[in-house]
Amino acid sequence: MDESIKKSYEEWEKQTESLIKKYPEEGNFKTTWSDEVKRLYTPLDVGDYSQIGFPGEFPYTRGVQNTMYRGKLWTMRQYAGFGTAEESNKRYKYLLEQGQSGLSIAFDLPTQIGYDSDDPHSLGEVGKVGVAIDSLADMETLFDGIPLDKVSTSMTINATASILLAMYIAVGEKQGVKRDKLRGTIQNDILKEYIARGTYIYPPKPSMRIINNIFEFCSKEMPLWNTISVSGYHIREAGANAVQEVAFTIADGIEYVKTAIEAGLDPNVFGKRLSFFFASHNNLLEEVAKFRAARRMWAKIMKERFNVKDPDALKLRFHTQTSGSTLTAQQPENNIIRVTIQALAAVLGGTQSLHTNSMDEALSLPTEDSVRIALRTQQIIAYESGVAKTVDPLGGSYYVEALTDEIERRAFDYIKRIDEIGGMINAIESGYVQQEISNSAYEYQKAVESKEQIIVGVNDFVIEEKNPRKTLKIDDALEIKQIEKLRSMKSKRDNDAVREKLENLERAARTSENLMYPIIDAVKVYATVGEISNTLRKVFGEYKESVIF
Amino acid sequence: MIKVLIAKPGLDGHDRGAKVIARALRDAGMEVIYTGIRQTPEQIVQTAIDEDVDILGVSILSGAHMKLVPRILELLKEKGSRIPVFVGGIIPEDDATELKRLGVIEVYGPGTSTSEIIEKIKGYFENANI
Repeated sequence: MDESIKKSYEEWEKQTESLIKKYPEEGNFKTTWSDEVKRLYTPLDVGDYSQIGFPGEFPYTRGVQNTMYRGKLWTMRQYAGFGTAEESNKRYKYLLEQGQSGLSIAFDLPTQIGYDSDDPHSLGEVGKVGVAIDSLADMETLFDGIPLDKVSTSMTINATASILLAMYIAVGEKQGVKRDKLRGTIQNDILKEYIARGTYIYPPKPSMRIINNIFEFCSKEMPLWNTISVSGYHIREAGANAVQEVAFTIADGIEYVKTAIEAGLDPNVFGKRLSFFFASHNNLLEEVAKFRAARRMWAKIMKERFNVKDPDALKLRFHTQTSGSTLTAQQPENNIIRVTIQALAAVLGGTQSLHTNSMDEALSLPTEDSVRIALRTQQIIAYESGVAKTVDPLGGSYYVEALTDEIERRAFDYIKRIDEIGGMINAIESGYVQQEISNSAYEYQKAVESKEQIIVGVNDFVIEEKNPRKTLKIDDALEIKQIEKLRSMKSKRDNDAVREKLENLERAARTSENLMYPIIDAVKVYATVGEISNTLRKVFGEYKESVIF
Repeated sequence: MIKVLIAKPGLDGHDRGAKVIARALRDAGMEVIYTGIRQTPEQIVQTAIDEDVDILGVSILSGAHMKLVPRILELLKEKGSRIPVFVGGIIPEDDATELKRLGVIEVYGPGTSTSEIIEKIKGYFENANI
């Protein structure tokens, strides 16, 4: 069979070559990581069917469930949060009314980096990229009227994940929901903060200890909680290509599994609470192949490297967000189409949940109207496009299978390199990963400027645009209001209790005790994010990046 | 040789743009210092003066620009420095207008080519020399 296909293919190529002399091909025929894309893919480009397999079965190339979206659609989960807890609470209720199926909380930078709103470092940042949370009081307002036993909540929080998780537990208790009933995810992926996102506080070692404390705590007390979302999203947005995104994310994942095992956790159990988070960019078929390759690689790694037997711990489950960095400020309506292509790639790639970006995000925070269009984009894909009717509809496409193999091969090369360097922490501390990403980002920029890469509306098909668009503004008075709220809370709480709980936390940090318990005690007496973080800063110190460009 | 400081004030970690610009300016023959993320306005102004740079580029994508950029301009003025400042990031149009009124020489949004920025900087110093 292969022989006859090969013969016909060679004849076809010969014929095509002679045609090309008359009608030359024109365009950029490279993958986004600069490999040659062939004119045509045939069965000759597809390897062994065992590598493709069946959905719900090893190596999970075709998906982690047998029935995929026929059983349950992906969770439509829009990342949102801005201003004060009151305003964000309103936006969450609006999104839930509009048919969104889970919450995804955006915190402002001071909350993410462990500063209170009145800290000098917080100047201008309060409530800007997410909601400002200083203490349990804000968290109570944030989830007011939202029953925590009915929603699943994803929190984009890393360096201060232990504190925000503790607050979520405390809010649950006040609502009468026990912690073992809470469902959701904390991002909790500090390694990519050093690589790309930048909201680290402490050096890698104590940061990994806190993460391990969370893993251990949740394995005992919160069986439904996903304790980490290993994130390639920010690595990709920082400039990595699709291969690097998969490689570096999986290398981070390996590091977390290693430390969990060192802490005495069983990867057969712990592996089920791991989740991943990827970006989806414009190159539709590459992106589909990327998700499929990532799933296959992770299953192999868990099985072969960590000797995992439980099939559920081999499955790479992931959230996807469409790409913010591909959105243009020019002719922003075009972004609706970009988001559609990217969302389609995520669905064809078998994502478990999805955030679609709003068309105005290259200009400002999204308005309510543009957020609605973004959510509608997902609903149109789900209910009108028909792509959710069968499992892995692109499985068996010669090109997609060949791309899947190629991404896997190239990403495993990177992982081998990182193993040689001594693991991801070393690779980050030496600047290797950051340099690789920075190189790709620069190459991409050069390709755009030379027009090798066309961006519609930016370096081609440009029009004169006049009227400034309506954008969402965060009122600066908010910062003052939030600071007043914080001060009044501090004057009402039991400050002796706060002091005692913080001292207890400091003492625990100097031993090898699990920090989750003293952190929960501290948030319950309304110790602030800044106070708790500063207590740990005293013990652990702060990380200083090595500047690489 | 034109000496440039690229700075990231505030808590914003989005440094892709800052790094790409830093590298493009270096490739265009300028001497470039990049501060890294999470610098206070005080630190940035101090570095600009200590390093005796010709021009300062500030990158912000977190929305904190209307607090941080005016603060940088104010501190430069206090120190009697006349280092010109340009800004890049996600800056809504009316904010850009206001920043220019306060003395920022240019505001660059997403999609700006590095060659445009290079030409602008070179042009600025050619005109300044006349």
